[in-house]
Amino acid sequence: MQDAAVATPSTSARAGMRIGENIRVIGRNLFPFLVVAVIWEIIARLEVFSRRLFPTLEEIFSSLYRLTVAGILPMHAFETVLRLLSGFAIAAVIGVTIGVLMARSRRAEDIFLPLVSILAPIPGLAYAPLFLLWFGLGNFPAVLLVGFVSMFPIIFNSWTGVKAVKEIWVRSAQAMGADDKRLFRYVILPGALPYILTGMRLGLAQAWRVLVAVEMLAAVPWGLGWLIFGAREMLNTDVMMAGILLIGVIGLLLEKLVFEKIERYTVVRWGMITA
Amino acid sequence: MPLIEVDDVSLAYDTPAGRVQGVLGATFNMEESEFLCLVGPSGCGKSTLLNIIAGFLTPTGGEIRIGGKKVSGHGMDRGVVFQDFAQLFPWRTALGNVAFGLEMKGMGKEEREEIALQQLKLVKLEKFANSYPHHLSGGMQQRVAIARALAYNPAVLLMDEPFAALDAMTRDDMQRLLADVWKTTGKTIIYVTHNVAEAVYLADRVIVMTPHPGTVKAEIPIMLPRPRDPLSLEFLEHQKQLLNYLGQGTSKAA
Ligand SMILES: Nc1ncnc2c1ncn2[C@@H]1O[C@H](COP(=O)(O)OP(=O)(O)O)[C@@H](O)[C@H]1O
Ligand SMILES: [Mg+2]
Repeated sequence: MQDAAVATPSTSARAGMRIGENIRVIGRNLFPFLVVAVIWEIIARLEVFSRRLFPTLEEIFSSLYRLTVAGILPMHAFETVLRLLSGFAIAAVIGVTIGVLMARSRRAEDIFLPLVSILAPIPGLAYAPLFLLWFGLGNFPAVLLVGFVSMFPIIFNSWTGVKAVKEIWVRSAQAMGADDKRLFRYVILPGALPYILTGMRLGLAQAWRVLVAVEMLAAVPWGLGWLIFGAREMLNTDVMMAGILLIGVIGLLLEKLVFEKIERYTVVRWGMITA
Repeated sequence: MPLIEVDDVSLAYDTPAGRVQGVLGATFNMEESEFLCLVGPSGCGKSTLLNIIAGFLTPTGGEIRIGGKKVSGHGMDRGVVFQDFAQLFPWRTALGNVAFGLEMKGMGKEEREEIALQQLKLVKLEKFANSYPHHLSGGMQQRVAIARALAYNPAVLLMDEPFAALDAMTRDDMQRLLADVWKTTGKTIIYVTHNVAEAVYLADRVIVMTPHPGTVKAEIPIMLPRPRDPLSLEFLEHQKQLLNYLGQGTSKAA
C-alpha cells in the first residue's frame, strides 16, 4: 500500500506531462491548416474570385453545419463509406488470395504476375467507362471498380510479404510438426502481415480516390462524389468545399483509427515494424 | 544398438556454378543421452550434416538411422536450435513460442502452457513468459529457442552454433546453463561449433571434421569430470589436442 501511495502523485504528474505533450503535438499539426485558413479568408474577403465561387470560411462552415444537421451530409458520407467498404472487402479477400497463391505456386506466379504487372499501373479511373458500359449505372459498377482497383496493391504486397517470410521460421515450425495448413495459418500469414497491412493501406487509399471520382460518373443517387459534382452545377461552392473537407477527414480517420490501431496491436507490438 | 547412426553420409549442392560438395562420407554413431560436439573449420559441412540429420536436406549418399529407422524428412523426434536469433516467431510471446510444438501435437491450451512454463523455468526465463522476442536479449532469445525445442520432448536435440553470435561473457553463462539443462533432462544432444573450448566444456565426445569437403577426421572422448574448469590443466590439454587435429595448434609436441 505504501508503494501505491508513493506511486500515485508521480503517475499523475506523468499523465500531466503527457497531456502537455499531446497539446503540443496537436498544435504543431494544426498550425499549417491555420495558415492556409488565413490565406483562404484573405483571398475570399479581397474577392479575387467572385464570392459565389470562393466563399468565406464562415459560409463554408455554416453550410457544413446546416447540411450535417439536416442529415444530408451524413447520408452522403454513409453511402460512400458503404460502397468503399464493400469494394475494399472484395479486394482484400481476392487480393490476399491471389498474392499468397502467387508466392506459393510457381504456376500461379507465371499466370498472374504478367497480368497484374500490366493492369496495376493503369490509373483506376481509366477503367471507369468500361465498367459503366458493362455493368450499367449505379452502385454495382462503382463497387466493382473500387474492388478491382484496390486489389492490385494488396496482391503485390501479399506476394512480396509471403516471399519475405523467413526460411528459418518455416524450418522451425516444420521441425515442431507443423503441416502445410498450419504452417500457413500460424507462420506464413503472421510472418507476411506487415506487408499485407501495407498493401491494404495502399489499396484503401486507391479505393477512396477512385470511388469519389466514379460516383460523379455512375449517376448514383447519394455519395460525397455525387454531392460535389451536383453542387458544381448549382455553383454551390460552399457545399463543394464542405464535401471535400469531409472526404479528407474520413480518409484520415480510416487511416488513423483503423490501420494505425491494427498495426499497433499487431506488427508494432511484435517488433516487426517500428511505429 | 546406438541411438543414432550416421552411415557414410554425403551431400553435394547443385549450384549454378556446378556441384559443391557439402559433406563427404561422414560416419559415426551416438548413444542415448550422449552429448556430442561436431567441430570443424568454417565451411567444412557441419551445418550441412546437422540439417541432414534434422531432415531438412536429403543426403545424396548414405543414410541416417535413429533408433534403427532410416530418417526421411523432419520429425518430432528431433528438436532444432539454430544460430540465428530470428528463429523465434516475433508474433508469439516466449510462452507462445515454447508451446508451439505442443500445440501442433493437438494439446489443449492449459496443459501446453503449463509445460511451456516448466520449460521456461528450466532456462530461467519464467519471468519473461509473456514478453515478445524483440524485448529479449540475444542470449534470452536463444534460451527460449532451447526451451522451445525441448518442450515437445524430442529424443534428440540438434544445435547449430547456438551461442556463436553472443558476446563472450554471455556465451560462458549459456554454456553453463546448457550443461545444467543436459544434466537435468538427460537429452541426446548434437552440438555444432567451431569453438574448441566450447566443445571441451560441453561434450562427452568430440567429432573433428576435416576442412572442406568435410568428413570425419577423429573422434575424441572427453572424460573430464563435470562441471568442468576451463582453466584446469587437463582442460587445456584437451583443447590443445583438438587444435592440433584442426591444424591450428602452435606445436605438435604436448
Ligand atoms: N545452400 C547451399 N548451396 C550451395 N552450397 C552450399 C549451401 N550451403 C552450404 N554450401 C557449401 O557447402 C559447404 C559446407 O557448408 P556448411 O555446411 O554451411 O559449413 P559449416 O556449417 O561447417 O560452416 C561450404 O563449402 C558451403 O559453401
Ligand atoms: Mg554452419
